[in-house]
Amino acid sequence: MLLQIEALRKSFRDPDGETLPVVDVPAFSLDEGEQVGLRGTSGSGKTTFLHCIAGILRADAGSIRFDGEDLSRWPEARRDRFRARHIGYVYQSFHLLPGYTALENVLVGMMFGEGIDRARAVRTLESLGLGSRLDHRPRQLSIGQQQRVALARALVNRPRLLLADEPTGNLDPAHAGTALERIRESCREVGAALLIVSHDPALLAGFERVEEWSVLNRAFDHAAGAGAPEGGADA
Amino acid sequence: MKGLLLLVSKSIREHALSSWVTIVSIGLGCGLTMAIMVITSQAERTFSQGDVGFDAVLGARGSALQLVLNTVFHLETSPGNIPWSLYRQVAADPRIAHAIPYAVGDNYRGYRIVGTVPELFSEVEVREGERFRFRAGGRVFHPDRMEAIVGSTVAQESGLRVSSTLNPYHGIEFDESARHDEQYTVVGVLEPTNSPSDRVIWIPIEGIFRMGGHVLRGSGDDFRATEVETIPDEHKEVSAVMLEFADPNAGFSLDQLINKQGKVATLAWPIGASLAEIFRKLGWIVRVLELVAVLVVLVAAGTILASITNTMRERRREFAILRALGARRRTVFAAILLESTTLALLGAVVGFAVHAGIVLAAASLVRAETGVVLTLADAHPALLLVPLGVTTLGALAGVIPARSAYGTDVANTLAG
Repeated sequence: MLLQIEALRKSFRDPDGETLPVVDVPAFSLDEGEQVGLRGTSGSGKTTFLHCIAGILRADAGSIRFDGEDLSRWPEARRDRFRARHIGYVYQSFHLLPGYTALENVLVGMMFGEGIDRARAVRTLESLGLGSRLDHRPRQLSIGQQQRVALARALVNRPRLLLADEPTGNLDPAHAGTALERIRESCREVGAALLIVSHDPALLAGFERVEEWSVLNRAFDHAAGAGAPEGGADA
Repeated sequence: MKGLLLLVSKSIREHALSSWVTIVSIGLGCGLTMAIMVITSQAERTFSQGDVGFDAVLGARGSALQLVLNTVFHLETSPGNIPWSLYRQVAADPRIAHAIPYAVGDNYRGYRIVGTVPELFSEVEVREGERFRFRAGGRVFHPDRMEAIVGSTVAQESGLRVSSTLNPYHGIEFDESARHDEQYTVVGVLEPTNSPSDRVIWIPIEGIFRMGGHVLRGSGDDFRATEVETIPDEHKEVSAVMLEFADPNAGFSLDQLINKQGKVATLAWPIGASLAEIFRKLGWIVRVLELVAVLVVLVAAGTILASITNTMRERRREFAILRALGARRRTVFAAILLESTTLALLGAVVGFAVHAGIVLAAASLVRAETGVVLTLADAHPALLLVPLGVTTLGALAGVIPARSAYGTDVANTLAG
């Protein structure tokens, strides 16, 4: 078992000071190399869930065991190191650094993990068809190319788990399927498990395992009703 | 570290304009501060403590400072003359090793002409262990001939060389119409001494006495020397007498005798003390300049703070992305500190260039005006302390934006 989550809870304070439960997941698990789709409406706490798994947010309660170790109890600096080495993360808006070239964006992705390896960064970009775009800045790339740079940055450290938050949300339907297949294939190549979040049922149709967020998350009604922030604040 | 350097270099290049403005303003402040400190200290040391070859100057009653400026630095006008008899009297004093008379009042195209005796070149050390040296083919003038010796700067700038001839001009300022008829032949060119003497033309003191139009008033009556007549000593007078003591206590006793009890002459002793008076009087100007320079440095440090803080809004997202990629809080903190320190360090490097430019310009000006040489190769503590202080100040200026970066809320910023 790569990832095992039990009784995970995360809540935020709303502007009135009231506690707003956003994530309440009794159990969730993911095997090594497994690919899972998580389907749910926008603003229902999915991103918060991914942030907790990545160690960006600290859970209020429960455990997140990664390879048997409970990272929810770790201090922030250790969670940062863990994220750098074992987690790849692809965001809907890609979050590329605008002043950096495609290659530099990938190199930055390596800085906090195993260390900068320019040759590997180049190979990763080439494998995604970006060999001729190494020195291009994000604004000089198409949306699809930007998405591939983000994917390269997420996979270059050979993570054990790739978290993808609406990764095709900015692509038109014609390209979304191809992009998703590229993500899945890339994960297989590096042996990473994949947890992908999407509100689009059609997109996740090809997954053997798709979890319904509304079923998985007992706080779904609270979160969706209050319109939980994307990712939320670290309360 | 490699990663941090990538982040810092990217940021500096991304904000190239504000980075360069910051670097240049730090460089100006840093260079200005170093230059002011180095130039004032070096000038004070060179003027006040420099070895000028003599212990004291005896001259007309009046300002010791004017006397020193006129005889040692060949600036200003002479405060007046003293009778030849006084010169003979001190020259015969056993406490005096050497007494060299100077007579001034003429120039050659702006270069001062000083009448003196051959012993200046044969017996006196221009500074500890170093006498005047002649370039090949040169020699000391004959005291009774119309011969001249020129300093190295005069030779270089005017083209005068051995066997060249020159006609003195009356007064210390060059006036084409005040040309004397007497013609002197150059018999020696001196090697550079890096002292005011390099800008002087030396002739026999007898020549000054006999120069057409000169009036000697040693006896109180006017006396005009003719070409052949021997000048009686009572008519002779000199502008000053340069003294080198044989007895280290001579200064104190002569000071008592001449300055405190006498009324005819002034003894400038020690020479450096008279010049130090200038620096004491002008010290406030130096302090003001230093204060201005320090303020420039502080403003430059403020520029670092402002330039980084101004970019924080757009960079907050960058820090959130870095944190999401696994950067620790202290890493982004260190990146900002390293950036501000780098800007300050580059500013300090520019500061060295600014310092070199100012010192070279000042040195050229001082040398042209006084013959005194200021040098870049002067290991002043300011050259270490100012860049170190500026760099530390730069690092401190980075703390505020660094703390802001440290506190970046990853989830909220990425969602925003």
